[in-house]
Amino acid sequence: MAKASTGTLYRGNEGMWSWVAHRVTGVGIFFFLLVHVLDTSLVRVSPEAYNAVIGTYKTPIMAFGEIGLVAGIVFHAFNGVRIVLVDFWKGGPKNQKKMFWIVLILWALMMLAFIPRQLMHTFGG
Amino acid sequence: MATPTIPAPRAEYDRHKTTRSQFELFAWLFMRLSGVVLVILIFGHLFVNLWSGSGVHQLDFGFVGGKWANPFWQIWDLVMLWLAMLHGTNGMRTIISDYTEKPGTRVALQLTLYIASGIVVVLGTLVVFTFNPCPTGADPSLLASFCKA
Repeated sequence: MAKASTGTLYRGNEGMWSWVAHRVTGVGIFFFLLVHVLDTSLVRVSPEAYNAVIGTYKTPIMAFGEIGLVAGIVFHAFNGVRIVLVDFWKGGPKNQKKMFWIVLILWALMMLAFIPRQLMHTFGG
Repeated sequence: MATPTIPAPRAEYDRHKTTRSQFELFAWLFMRLSGVVLVILIFGHLFVNLWSGSGVHQLDFGFVGGKWANPFWQIWDLVMLWLAMLHGTNGMRTIISDYTEKPGTRVALQLTLYIASGIVVVLGTLVVFTFNPCPTGADPSLLASFCKA
């Protein structure tokens, strides 16, 4: 008897894990967005109120939070393009696994560029 | 003698006379269309605010004032706000539908979601349109450079 992880389109492997990661990053980004609109809205209160809250984004701990945020956004963006290609491109479904690895490579390249830049901004240099 | 016309076979026949709402079709399409636009808008937002200049350390009231004094960035941020909130709210709606087992739980969570999203969209839209980069009486050192003129 075939194992449950074979013979279906999505169970296990690249298809399922890209779907799980897309959900997890999507929910995370959504909750950040709610907070981010609220903190930006403080520009209508006073310059001091806005600067005080945006100042908390500049601490070393938050710098790593922003790296996590960018990591989630970049993955969600590239994997979203992959989903569009799976749905609208003729060769999409056949190449969905290959495209998942391309997404991961592009994601890694973006993070290799952003992480040093963010650490330079935060710790000087 | 007139040429006899033969109607095309099955021309009028529609096997699927669907009476269902097409809402889910539009929601599916919206996720893909808004997603592609959001990639451009958010990557641009991150490049300007987190990558260029001194990154997160340049962000303050004067920076926002400088950006929103330009209608280009007002429209950019407004479109980004609306598309991102609709995209995110629809994604959360889907996830709630997937994991709730009782209809009451689903309705309660989705209602909470819609109220939260509505407040954030209305608040964000008002802020973009009513923002004053040079509020009277504010400390000039905290404002954009053009306020001193």
